[in-house]
This record gives sequence, C-alpha cells and structure tokens, in this order.
Amino acid sequence: MSDVPADLRYTKSHEWIRDNADGTVTVGITDHAQEALGDIVFVEIPDQGREVDAEEACAVVESVKAASDIYSPLAGEVIESNALLNDSPEAINNSPYDEGWIFRLAPNDMAALSGLLDAAAYQQVVEDET
Amino acid sequence: MALRTPLFSEHERLGARIVPFGGWDMPLHYGSQIEEHHAVRRAAGMFDVSHMRPVDIEGPDALPFLRRLLANDAAKLTAPGKALYACMLNPQGGVIDDLILYFRGPERYRAVVNAGTADKDIAWMQAQAEGRQLNIQSRDDLAMIAVQGPDARARVEPLLPDGLRASAMQAGPFFAAEDAHWFVGRTGYTGEDGFEIMVPSADAAALWRSLVAADVRPCGLGARDTLRLEAGMNLYGQDMDETVGPLDAGLGWTIAREPQERDFIGREALTARRDHPDRRDFVGLLLTGRGVLRPHQSVLADGRVVGEVTSGGFSPTLERSIAFARVEPGTPAECAVDIRGKPVSARIVKPPFVRQGRICIDL
Repeated sequence: MSDVPADLRYTKSHEWIRDNADGTVTVGITDHAQEALGDIVFVEIPDQGREVDAEEACAVVESVKAASDIYSPLAGEVIESNALLNDSPEAINNSPYDEGWIFRLAPNDMAALSGLLDAAAYQQVVEDET
Repeated sequence: MALRTPLFSEHERLGARIVPFGGWDMPLHYGSQIEEHHAVRRAAGMFDVSHMRPVDIEGPDALPFLRRLLANDAAKLTAPGKALYACMLNPQGGVIDDLILYFRGPERYRAVVNAGTADKDIAWMQAQAEGRQLNIQSRDDLAMIAVQGPDARARVEPLLPDGLRASAMQAGPFFAAEDAHWFVGRTGYTGEDGFEIMVPSADAAALWRSLVAADVRPCGLGARDTLRLEAGMNLYGQDMDETVGPLDAGLGWTIAREPQERDFIGREALTARRDHPDRRDFVGLLLTGRGVLRPHQSVLADGRVVGEVTSGGFSPTLERSIAFARVEPGTPAECAVDIRGKPVSARIVKPPFVRQGRICIDL
C-alpha cells in the first residue's frame, strides 16, 4: 500500500502539494507515482523564475522505463527547484515527500489550493487505477 | 488473456511488477531494476525466459534445410553442443526473427526463437520445409531459466542432475550439454557468463526456488533490456525487423557469405543492399549531455536529422545514457540527439559498452 500523507493536497496526475504557510507551496510526485515509474534516473527541473500555468508541464521525471511529464498543480512562479535531483534523482524513489521534492511555487491565487484533491480523494484515485 | 509461464506464481509470490510482453504476462522487475542489473554484473541473477520458444528441427534434411533457412551457416556447427547466432531472413532481406541454433548431434538441432514471433517463425519454417525429410517440433513443454553473472555457473553447479553436472561445467562458451530431460546452454543475453537452462515445465518451479535459495537474484525484463543494451546485443522488433535487415542493424557479422554457392533465403537482397545508397550504419551512442536516450529520438549532425535511436536507455554500469542508432554513413562522432525538442550532445562509440563486468568504451 502506498503512502498518502493526510496533510498534503494532490492532483489526479499524481503530484503532491505542501502548503508552506508562507505564500509558497512545494510540489513533488507521490509514493504511488514513484513506485509505478520504477528506478528514477534523470529529472529535468524547472528554471527558477519561470511562470507556469495550472496543469502546465514544467518538469520531466525519467525512470528506467519511460519519461513522464510533471504538471504544475497551480498557476504561479517557480521560486526554487531541487538541485539535489541533478545528481541524485533516486531521491524521489527513496523519499518522495521529503528529499525528493521537485520545485517550490508562489501561486498567483493561494485559495486555489483548496480546489485540489485531499488525501482521501487521492487515495480513491489510486484505488480506481489498480 | 495473456499467456503465463510455469513460473508465474513464483513471480507473484516475489512481488514482481507484471507487464504484458509478446503476448505473455512477464515480470518487469521485483522491486529495483537497477539493483537487479548490478546483481548480474557483480554476482548472479536469473530470468524467467520460458516465453521464448525452443523449436526442435530433426531429420535427414535438417542441415540442408537450415543452410537454406538461415543467413548464418549451420554447417559451421560440427562439434556436438555448439551454438550459433543467426538471422532468419525473408526474400527481401528483412529479418523474420533472430535465434540461437544448437547442434545436438547429426540431424538434430534446436533453435530458440523470440516469444512474440514464435508462431510466425514456425509457420515460416514449416512452409520452407515442404518436401524435405525433417520434423519441426515446437517445444512448448519446456520452461527456460537464464542464470547469468560471474558467479552464475558456480551457483548452478550443485543444482544440476548428477549425470549432467560434469558435462555442463565442462561446456565452453556458446556450447550446450544435455541429458534426457534437461538442456544447459552456456549462452545468454547479458554479456556475462552463465547458463540458459531448459527443463520440463513441471521441474521449473523447484529449480527456480533452489536458485533463489542459492542466492541467485530474480531479475525482470527491465534489467534484461539494460544488460543486453550494455552488452551491445540487438533486440528483435526494435533494432531490426521484417523491413530492416542485418546490414542496417549491425548484424553483418552473422551473415555467412562463404561458401558463395550456399543459396540462403535473402542472399540476393543482401548483396544488393551492401552498396545501396540508403543503407545505414548501426552505431552505439553515449549521451555526453544530460537526459535519457529513448527509441525513435532523432540523431542530429550539421543541424539536420541524420538518423534515429533504435534502442536506448540508462546504463546502470556507466551511470550514463546509452543507445543504438541507425545513422547515415559518415556521421561525425560528435553529434546530438533531439530530446524533447532540444539538441543534447552525444558521441558515436563502438558497442559493446560493457562485457564481463568491464566498461569497454571511453567515457
């Protein structure tokens, strides 16, 4: 059974979103997603300062199996990307919710966060898939 | 409904991720594809390759039939047990399948063909055998386990039947030994030493469990693909197929042109292809920039497309991305690959990338 922390928000495309309570959110991919992808060998992280739309592809995670787009859950500005992933892409496999975070975003509209899936709804998405 | 090998329940018990492959449900990995890859390079791993199909070809006309059927020459096989890698071509010079042919004794051969092509292959063989004195038998009753790695043979040795052990351990590379039930070939698809063991289906699960107990790591199709890519070995359907022949797939070495009077299927087409302006070079690629090479990406040189990646991925041994590509003759060694619309630098190298645990190219 994959890990779905209760304090995060989620998307149907398997990103997680953490509210940093400082006007920013952190984005990564879920435990379920990393498990489905297999060993991750390369991550293309977004440039700092990039403006992204909601559901815009802005990062790429490549596993031994395939390349997968990562979508920004909200519109906003990328304020930081996880440089650790350049040398240690496997951090996403080992620690999807912590060391394996992908980027930090300053959303244009913080209120839109509540429109994303909560843990129970995401759990349902995962169950419907399997 | 996909087919299942006699080892399917073993894979499930070991928590394998199962994927469809060539009409079969097969294990992709059992947790970490990369760890499985390293196990084969450093110690010993095993693969369920029961989806591949042994085909026995026996009878007075077996040899002349095989000399007509295959682009490599079965007459090279004079020592019992010896194996030969060969392409089975269509008259247009395309590859119907690639296979390993074992010589078991006078008038007795065993071919092992790919899973997804087995039925097509056998139909083709039957059609070519018309009017000849021979028997073609598909051995669906056999299971096959490939045990590969520097420690593979030592770990298999105690598990072999007493009457087969000595001959199997004495078999040289690319030779096989057999008793009445088991067939042990010192062959593989990883670039490491090891055995491919064919056994009656009923014996397969017990052998698999003994190998697990002997610390041979179960490995899935994922590791099998990265191991064969590092070893410079082609994959049918990806690197060559019915429209792309051996001369465009780095398999010229498998064509026996001598003796010239041997009239094998596809010979004329290959002769015409040798100097054809459309013929492409088949090369290895090492990605020097960042990213992962994948099949169908374009190879770029001088600002234009000069070829295409056929097989590509991440090499766990090199910790770099590597590939095979088909490129225009004369493509410069320093080139690029189009990865999601961006040119990423790459270098043409000569496969294999890795053999017997050693890196064979300059990084």
